[in-house]
Amino acid sequence: MSTLEHAPEGAVEVDPDEVVDRLGDRVIGRDEHVNAPAVIIRPDEVVDTLTVMRDEFGFDLLSCVTAEQFPDRYESIYHLKQYADPTTEFSIVVPTDRDHPQSQSAASVYETANWHEREAYDLIGIEYQDHPDLKRILLPDTWTGHPLTDDYNQDKPQVVAYEAHENPLLDHTEGAESDTILLNMGPHHPATHGVLHLKVTLDGEQVADVEPDIGYLHRCEEQMCQQGTYRHQIMPYPDRWDYASAGLINEWAYARAAEDLAEIEVPEYAQVIRTMGAELSRMAAHFLALGTFVLDVYGEFNALSMYAIRDREKVQKILEDLTGQRLMFNYLRLGGVAWDIPEPREEFFENVKKFTDEELPASMDEVHDLLTDNEIFQLRCVGTGVLEREVAKQYGAGGPVARASGIDTDLRRDDPYGIYDQLDWEVITDDAGDVYSRVLVRVREVEQSAKIVRQCVDLLEDWPEDEREIQSNVPRTLKPDPDRRVYRAVEGAKGELGIYIRADGTDKPGRFKIRSPCFCNLSTLPEMAEGEFIPDLIASLGSIDIILGEVDR
Amino acid sequence: MSSERIPDDVERTVQTKTRDARLGSGVDDRFNSRLRQAVGSSPFILTKFDKFMNWVRGSSMFMLQFGIACCSLEMIHALMIKHDVDRFGAGVPRASPRQADLIIVPGTIVSKFAPRMKRVYDQMPEPKFVVGMGSCTISGGPFQEGYNVVKGAEEVIPVDIHVPGCPPRPEALIYGIAKLQERVANGESSPVVVKPYELEQFGDLHRDEVIDQLADRIDEDSLAMRYNWGDSP
Repeated sequence: MSTLEHAPEGAVEVDPDEVVDRLGDRVIGRDEHVNAPAVIIRPDEVVDTLTVMRDEFGFDLLSCVTAEQFPDRYESIYHLKQYADPTTEFSIVVPTDRDHPQSQSAASVYETANWHEREAYDLIGIEYQDHPDLKRILLPDTWTGHPLTDDYNQDKPQVVAYEAHENPLLDHTEGAESDTILLNMGPHHPATHGVLHLKVTLDGEQVADVEPDIGYLHRCEEQMCQQGTYRHQIMPYPDRWDYASAGLINEWAYARAAEDLAEIEVPEYAQVIRTMGAELSRMAAHFLALGTFVLDVYGEFNALSMYAIRDREKVQKILEDLTGQRLMFNYLRLGGVAWDIPEPREEFFENVKKFTDEELPASMDEVHDLLTDNEIFQLRCVGTGVLEREVAKQYGAGGPVARASGIDTDLRRDDPYGIYDQLDWEVITDDAGDVYSRVLVRVREVEQSAKIVRQCVDLLEDWPEDEREIQSNVPRTLKPDPDRRVYRAVEGAKGELGIYIRADGTDKPGRFKIRSPCFCNLSTLPEMAEGEFIPDLIASLGSIDIILGEVDR
Repeated sequence: MSSERIPDDVERTVQTKTRDARLGSGVDDRFNSRLRQAVGSSPFILTKFDKFMNWVRGSSMFMLQFGIACCSLEMIHALMIKHDVDRFGAGVPRASPRQADLIIVPGTIVSKFAPRMKRVYDQMPEPKFVVGMGSCTISGGPFQEGYNVVKGAEEVIPVDIHVPGCPPRPEALIYGIAKLQERVANGESSPVVVKPYELEQFGDLHRDEVIDQLADRIDEDSLAMRYNWGDSP
């Protein structure tokens, strides 16, 4: 809960007492989470409550739906935010019976809830009534049991059938008159950026229906984090969510949530290093997005994809100097970073400055020459895969996908962490909402990131030698107070990367939930691609820039 | 038969000129190279056909463009500039498994993906080779305790070379591929035999005629993976 002194344009100030009064007897209790006030409501009043929250209190973003199991009940938590001011947060807690976990679905109010509730059903087992399509999303359909519950037996044998996929439009596509065919794209396909399966129904060359089928890389990240201790055992996993070198940003997401949970201060010097590292990570991730997108629209390994990877190598080299790793950094610690800038410091700073001042502007010119100013590319990308602003909000899109649709949102500016609020940089937006905008926003964001890195280097260079504190004093074993809950997000390379942690009094989290930006962004794909041609489906998918490790977690 | 036949002497002149120009003189002369010195003056090399084929296979590997998880990023880097595995004759990624003879398994395999990966492997023409990249393909790696994670690629397909690391650096992958090429060229590569997953339902029986007969009865269209998590390593 926080109310800014100068609320940004479009933001609605919310007083929790007013909300409780307005909701009346739907409320059965109140609670206070670390990040936001919470009200507890009856499970059959979810739609009404959320409609009031959205229409009257301006909560137009459903960030995340967290499901949890307790010894006596199940709970779904709807984390609400406002796009205009993400620091105005509210949690709606919906408890349900342990024996009959049934709760009303919120999918009719927020489109985001559709996939999130399917995931909650899959892993926890809460049944959402009136959900449009309540079936498993991450695990195979034949799975038995809900793995994140306390009575789940992990050693139980499971059978996964490999059946032919059925045509979703079969009923009206049967027979010789039929105009549509089903095309299975993936899970092994070069343009799906990993192991994604798209069930595409084609009407001639046009996409009539596309349904993403995910879960081919669901490697139990939440379970792994719930098994690890706060201090050291969890930090390696965030690197593997968004593995496109965005590791430091992911680590920061965990660090931010856990530091708020355990009330740990981070020294200013470490914040500067974190900010610099995170922006380098963002650049590396955007280079990869650019390189693979070019592969998608242009075909075989061509010059621009090579250039993008070349620049990525340079960033990775810098990050390797800083963290010791090329890809999985494991560099952040709760309360700071693992170690200081490598010696000799001057050489490291020289390398970074050479990259941001000389090499990057040159290669950005090259990118603009070959890509964004290229007429063929524009013909291909302008006007295809359009995602309207309001639709993007409905789906909870974030990051470059939202910003390209004209939503002026960036957690680095709106909910500042690190030292972003002390630096001079801009949030890039574009209002066309098409494939071209998304690529353009990403390319420009690289330039902004370089600007941030450059300013961090200036700060670090002048930092007095005796004030270089890289870690604050953190207890060896962290045991946050039981039933403390926090949901904290950072601006990941793909959008809002949020972590929900509930402490249960031990040194391991009671519940660890990851709000993945790619998960929400991917759910917008049908809106972009339906009615377009097949090649535009590929372009749309490439422009969302999904990383399957983060989609499936 | 032609009446417009060029006189012998003309033809010989032209040919000799070209050949002289090509031949040149000195040790760099391609017709008088070190190779020639080594194998003798004969224009023929006598070898076993198998050996020749192994050499060919090892020297020209077409790999499958197959990304699963984090390791696929380092695989991309191994393919692209700076590392460029093509220098070692193994860097032409094929999008279709039907054109590939090397599959690199770059990442964690989970229950939903394992049957698909098996299908991709089955679609590759023989002889085919597998490089397991990263800890996940060895044992499940950091995710080994996960409820959904297959404990290593060998549960599903046979693996020739394991490259450890999380993820291995591109250099490590290239070393792995080079090792595989060396093994293939020396005729040493023999895929590890694992029990085919279709036969899992027959427990620990050794594969024999009875099982082969029973295997015929399995409906190929509804193949099922059976995960006996308790028995996994």
